Amino acid sequence: MTGEAAFAMGQPRSASYRPLPGIPDEMVGPDGLIRPPWRRLMAHLDALSDEELTRDLARADRYLLDSGVFYRQYGEGQSVERPWPLSQIPVLLAEDEWSRIAHALTQRADLLEAVIADLYGPNQLVASGQLPAALVAGNPEWLRPMVGVKPRGGHFLHFLAFELGRGPDGQWWVLADRTQAPSGAGYALENRVAMTRAYSELYAAGNVHRLAGFFRAFRDALRDQAGDRDGRVAILTPGPMNETYFEHAYIARYLGFTLLEGDDLVVARDRLMVRSVQGMAPVDVLWRRLDGNYADPLELDPASRIGTPGMMAALRAGTVTMVNALGSGVLETRALMAFLPQLAPELVRAPLAMPNIATWWCGTASARAEVRADPRRMVLADALTTRAPFDPKDDLIRAAALPPQALALRLDQGGGDLVAQEAVTLSTTPALVEGRLVPRPMTLRVYLARTAEGWTVMPGGFARIGASGDASAIAMQDGGAAADVWVVGRDPVPAISLARQASAADKRLIPGGLPARAADNLFWLGRYAERAEGIVRLMRAYHMRLAESGDAGAGLLEGFDPLFRQMGIDPAAPIPQRLLDNLAAAIGSAGRVRDRFSPDAWSALHDIDRSARAMAPRVAPGDDAARALSALLRKLAGISGLVHENMYRFVGWRFLTIGRLHERAMGTAALLAVLCDETAPEGALDLAIEVGDSVLTHRRRFTLDASRATVIDLLALDPLNPRALRHQIDGLREQVDMLPAANDHGALSPLARAVLRLHADLATADPDSLTTDALWSLRGRIGGLSDLLTAAYFP
Amino acid sequence: MLYRLRLSFRYDFARPTGAGRQLLRITPADLPGLQEVQQTAITVTPPPVERSGFTDFFGNEVTQLVLPAGLTQLRFDMSGRVLRHGDETELDLSASPASLALDLAEITDLGPHSPHHFLRPSPRIPHVPAIADFARAACAGAATLRDAVQSLGRAIHAHMRFDSVATEVDTPIADAFAGRQGVCQDFSQIMVSGLRSIGVPGAYVSGFLRTVPPPGRPRLEGADAMHAWVRAWTGAEAGWCEYDPTNACFVGADHVTIGYGRDYGDVAPVTGSMRLAGSQSGSHSVDIVAEE
Repeated sequence: MTGEAAFAMGQPRSASYRPLPGIPDEMVGPDGLIRPPWRRLMAHLDALSDEELTRDLARADRYLLDSGVFYRQYGEGQSVERPWPLSQIPVLLAEDEWSRIAHALTQRADLLEAVIADLYGPNQLVASGQLPAALVAGNPEWLRPMVGVKPRGGHFLHFLAFELGRGPDGQWWVLADRTQAPSGAGYALENRVAMTRAYSELYAAGNVHRLAGFFRAFRDALRDQAGDRDGRVAILTPGPMNETYFEHAYIARYLGFTLLEGDDLVVARDRLMVRSVQGMAPVDVLWRRLDGNYADPLELDPASRIGTPGMMAALRAGTVTMVNALGSGVLETRALMAFLPQLAPELVRAPLAMPNIATWWCGTASARAEVRADPRRMVLADALTTRAPFDPKDDLIRAAALPPQALALRLDQGGGDLVAQEAVTLSTTPALVEGRLVPRPMTLRVYLARTAEGWTVMPGGFARIGASGDASAIAMQDGGAAADVWVVGRDPVPAISLARQASAADKRLIPGGLPARAADNLFWLGRYAERAEGIVRLMRAYHMRLAESGDAGAGLLEGFDPLFRQMGIDPAAPIPQRLLDNLAAAIGSAGRVRDRFSPDAWSALHDIDRSARAMAPRVAPGDDAARALSALLRKLAGISGLVHENMYRFVGWRFLTIGRLHERAMGTAALLAVLCDETAPEGALDLAIEVGDSVLTHRRRFTLDASRATVIDLLALDPLNPRALRHQIDGLREQVDMLPAANDHGALSPLARAVLRLHADLATADPDSLTTDALWSLRGRIGGLSDLLTAAYFP
Repeated sequence: MLYRLRLSFRYDFARPTGAGRQLLRITPADLPGLQEVQQTAITVTPPPVERSGFTDFFGNEVTQLVLPAGLTQLRFDMSGRVLRHGDETELDLSASPASLALDLAEITDLGPHSPHHFLRPSPRIPHVPAIADFARAACAGAATLRDAVQSLGRAIHAHMRFDSVATEVDTPIADAFAGRQGVCQDFSQIMVSGLRSIGVPGAYVSGFLRTVPPPGRPRLEGADAMHAWVRAWTGAEAGWCEYDPTNACFVGADHVTIGYGRDYGDVAPVTGSMRLAGSQSGSHSVDIVAEE
């Protein structure tokens, strides 16, 4: 009987799992038995049919897809968004093992804090010969402008991650210290939510430690660092092109912090300020997700386009807490791991509770001798590399791959530039491959955050799962999946939410200023989405007529030409390129405000874009196109609904709304100017009513056929018609009046004044006075509002 | 020698600027025993919104400015009086090339003048194989590091032609070396690259040259603009020595030092960020007059 047949006949999934010989496994102990934390999960999996399992796991995948969880991958000169590769089986660890890990990593975090305080302070470690000068002075991550700068609040490090692996003896080893700007904590949260969808009952009853408490503690710690009531915490991102931008936006939304780019900030009188639509607002705590070198083009990397000139001045003045301090990347230097074990007894008064992988800096003769003595167990790399040993971009050399003379020469001539590390193997954990559980190597990423009470450790994290059965750490370079990590207790764990505990000091969360960049993007998002809708309406009307009249109606179809010209549309394609461009631009704008834009609306926007692109090459003119365009119109209406029903009426919503109203006002004015002109062909008025989506209203309000007067009345002057020009201007007036500084004790801003004048002119107009020229003039004035808005709020 | 210095930078902007931040490194350095600043002042026109100063990692004095928006012209003027003592030593205490590594290994200081900062490639001075080969050939047979410094400096001076328009401030040193022409910045950065490639710590020095030479001596190249030269670490005993490859001479009383760095980027006289909508043009002028 073959393995597959046995499986098909109902052999439990867990029974067919075979760990690799000589390699420790997370689930199966040396005795061949399933370890206690895993038993419940395996019983659950064994009880499910293939169909049930597929259905449950699909819920997790669906969640990730719906929330738009992605990361960006670079290659071949372009970057693409990739769906998050979640492994469907979590990694389970027992609570008592976890607390030993937490203890050891807390000690390591303290050690790293002591080292960095010395590297940017007295430099005793180099002076006393405990660290080689070359590792510091030659290190591009050692940022000279930070030397002598005392961090606000006294600490350099606030948020750390450690990469761990379990060696052949079953002990955990630290593979890499992540101190620059560790990513992945947000993905860990998303992994967890996805897993709870797949294993909802099991999770609820499974004594699994929750992650929310860790995030709550860190959020509160950052807010406490902000100090006074007006103090603000913000997250600094390199921007949407960064590979983990999704996570930056996600964490910002989850914790209620403002997401900023370097250009959103200015430094004035040595304080870091956000350029917001409400004016300049101070920032006291910055959780940075960009590398330190990019933070200030004036004093750090001058080529940086994502930094803030003057950031270093604010840090020198001690007015901002940086999480982590600029320059903390120096601790990621691989050769430093050769020295940490010796430094621990002095700096934390104890030997390392968890070793790091054996490391030799080849700048000394004794280290070179050790490497030469046993090259088979060594990998070599640049001494100053900050990559983790399983990073796909890491440039590793297996020492044994070099002929002995070449190795000796390389070590003797450039030993100081080289680091050797033991080639480690990892433990395995079950992964689901084609319906079967198979062992895959894994590393564990654990997060620590500083609070007022000291370091707190995330009870979970994420595990990287290798793509093949090869358990050597280098094999992880080939990529793989990410898995959730469950810390399983003996007793039930209390549910935790993000809400601050009642006992903690109450501190009202003040909504931070809306960054000007975010307001700008929301405004344009509103404009692009509305413009896309206008194009869809027009094209639909065109193809409906084409379907009704065929070529016979050529005369009537000519009436569209001025509109097409005006909007830059080539009518030969039922889904014009202009529409696709506008959708892409809308996604671009939305992509830069993901922390403020609902995930549902984001998914819906992508969905429309996908549909439109799929339709473009396939749709035939006439009826087929009209139906396709109707489908797109319904989807667009869905987005409007999501935004307008669900988005909180913060000032950001106003900019989005203003963009939409502005664009619709421009479009309607042009529509009427073209179609209500005396020279317009017959049937143009009916077309105006149709494109203006007011056929039924016209029939109800006017018993007679459409005339220029009725059309102008209904589509320009009627305040109750939501598609009329007047309605847009009313809306603009209402929104603009509520913008910051629109009305200062009766003194109107230039923008508010211009809108008020438009409003007055339109309210006193009649169909005769609204000539074609008057309509074009109105359109021009509406267009001018965009410049006034830009000048006032996004200079 | 007592010098009266005048330095001015002028910029014209085609369209009014946005607000900006500037760092100036144009104040002469106080160097005990070598150079004494008796008086110095910087004026900014129009006046800045904010003005402050700090000392950077390498000990250079930095003036920090926040400028208002809407400028069409901008001007920085530095004036000062500096007493410069020539370093007239002829005695060669420098180490032999072979013993330099041992001397370096003994140095565990990471202060601004530690040679360790100047050994590795820096942002504007990468490792260039052609320069490394050139340096090895030029220094072959040098008994002492001071000899090596002089040999390399002379070789670069022979290889390169001074041309004030052949290169830009951002021309890579490999291009300037291959084109065999450039200004003092190119000469100096190429020499620093060569020194580092043979294991000698090399720093970049920014400063001035006296405009009118002493009677009977020729006018030196680079005197009508800011100048640059090289600092080389020649062992624990001799420490740093300074060499001007543009003029093929050791540095003495004709030079006035502003500051030290790994390359031009660390001591650029004006570093700024400003929102510009149109083109900008700029010029600078220097006047160094000996008073006695």
